[in-house]
Amino acid sequence: MNEASDVRERTIPVAAREDDAVTDMAMTNAAGATASAGRASVLRRFALDDLLFRTLTRSAAIAVLLLLGGVIVSLFYGSMPAIRAFGFGFLTSEIWDPVADKYGALAAIYGTLVTSILAMLLAVPVGLGVAVFLTELCPHKLRRPLGIAIELLAGIPSIIYGIWGLFIFAPFLQAHVQPLIIAVTGPVPVLSTLFAGPPYGIGVLTAAFILAIMVLPFISSIARDVFDTVPPVLKEAAFGIGCTKWEVMRNVVLPYTRVGVIGGVMLGLGRALGETMAVTFVIGNAHRISASLLAPGTTISATIANEFTEAVGDLYTSSLIELGLILFVITFIVLAIARLMLMRIEKKAA
Amino acid sequence: MALYDTRRRSNAIAMGLCWGAAGFGILFLALILAALLWNGVKGLSPAVFTQMTPAPPGDGGGLANAIAGSVLMTALAVLVGAPIGMLAGTYMAEYGRASALTTIVRFINDILLSAPSIVIGLFVYEVMVAPMGHFSALAGAVSLAVLVIPVVVRTTEDMLLLVPGPLREASAALGLPRSYVIRRVAFRAARAGLITGVLLAIARVSGETAPLLFTALNNQFWSSNFNAPMASLPAVIFQFALSPYKGWQQLAWTGALLITIAVLALSVGARALSAQRTSK
Repeated sequence: MNEASDVRERTIPVAAREDDAVTDMAMTNAAGATASAGRASVLRRFALDDLLFRTLTRSAAIAVLLLLGGVIVSLFYGSMPAIRAFGFGFLTSEIWDPVADKYGALAAIYGTLVTSILAMLLAVPVGLGVAVFLTELCPHKLRRPLGIAIELLAGIPSIIYGIWGLFIFAPFLQAHVQPLIIAVTGPVPVLSTLFAGPPYGIGVLTAAFILAIMVLPFISSIARDVFDTVPPVLKEAAFGIGCTKWEVMRNVVLPYTRVGVIGGVMLGLGRALGETMAVTFVIGNAHRISASLLAPGTTISATIANEFTEAVGDLYTSSLIELGLILFVITFIVLAIARLMLMRIEKKAA
Repeated sequence: MALYDTRRRSNAIAMGLCWGAAGFGILFLALILAALLWNGVKGLSPAVFTQMTPAPPGDGGGLANAIAGSVLMTALAVLVGAPIGMLAGTYMAEYGRASALTTIVRFINDILLSAPSIVIGLFVYEVMVAPMGHFSALAGAVSLAVLVIPVVVRTTEDMLLLVPGPLREASAALGLPRSYVIRRVAFRAARAGLITGVLLAIARVSGETAPLLFTALNNQFWSSNFNAPMASLPAVIFQFALSPYKGWQQLAWTGALLITIAVLALSVGARALSAQRTSK
């Protein structure tokens, strides 16, 4: 007993060297005549403190859950007037007419899906190529700096991509690239509708391209991390029996990391679907579905960003919030699948 | 030999494509940064930091109120969001390491981490702007705080999990209660990592535009009133870039350059901090 209190006297000040009322008290009390009574009170304080801190951290963790719940509930509540007015037809109507107070989400949903899917078609092969380059081909000296540069680029705010698209890329496309595409695809039956119309510069294709550039660093850095989880022994064994780099990538690395790569791609897709600023600048904000990829269109997030503060009337606002709800549901599903897949590869690596 | 040649050829083609992909990606990212630097530096002058955003046609003037607004709202967002995120991350890494709650929170948090920020803006509009009846900087800060929380939760949990268990066991063996072990030993051992998380969170929210558009709105004048609309760099860039005025567009480029520099500096700082940690 005496020995124990001796240890406590010495160790508490060491463990908590800086000034602290509780430990100070522990020391003075323990040194005093009423050692055991003082210790009991300190222990009570310890227990109380422990309980408080535990409860505090636990409620913070629960608050994160409530946050998500709050987002869903409030969006649902906000979109009730629109749901009541349009019902299921909201999802299938292309009409977006603030003057007549009639709203349908189809054009925005279509624009969101088309821009994101086109962006992924471009960004996935290039992003994976960059990842292969970083893990296999790049000279060792450049590997780290390039990897860090790509990770830094993944953190650049999307508005930067948007402003570049608006001022530099769209005028360039309008002047040089789009007339060429229109001229070349003009005589070809299907392509001529896909690339019909005057070269606006801004439009669905431009937005998809900007999105692709934006998600490229994401996909590359996740794919690189995932490729690094492959045990070197597997790759060395394949090289040892004479496989080329390409064969090792295709037959060893990609099959081993398939789930993780798909997870990373889905994460990029989630990002692209919800992206606002990079798209809003260059999509043109036209509520219609046109066959031509060069025509202006809109996405859910661009519609909300452009119109929300100008929306007059409850039904207009509510329709925009319902758009937000639809976007949240779509991205939630995509992101949930992505996380589940990435969790599987993390387990495998551990 | 024919098979060997085919294999070599397909390898060369595939690897050539990877080189091409890397070149293509890096080319475009370099183009963007070059354009940003080229157009942004042109407008850089002391006036940018001292004068208010100009009225149309936007000649002269600066971004002082927007910069101040961004700093104020980001600061409040971090003050609100970082403690909540740290406490939640602490629970997940320390108390509830094996509990089902942790698994669920981690999953939900990862989804919040990449949820569309414009939806967060709508959420805060619904719960704050609509009941209060007007746009306010407070609502803007809250929407940014909602974006701060998942970043901090994630890094706090990761960093605390890196703290070696024996360190905790040693302090527990000295008779310290759990809460002291966490605050006095684990937090201190993971300090650099925790700061890294906060820096990353600041970098994340300082460029966020979408949630501010209909929470803090915008303000052409200097304001430190959290109960009124407040300007912010991203919102000003959005408004000015889409305007027809040359002066405004120039300010948008300059603002974009400032944000990018700030974000890059924060990320590099965070990276340096965590590198220091691992080398120790």
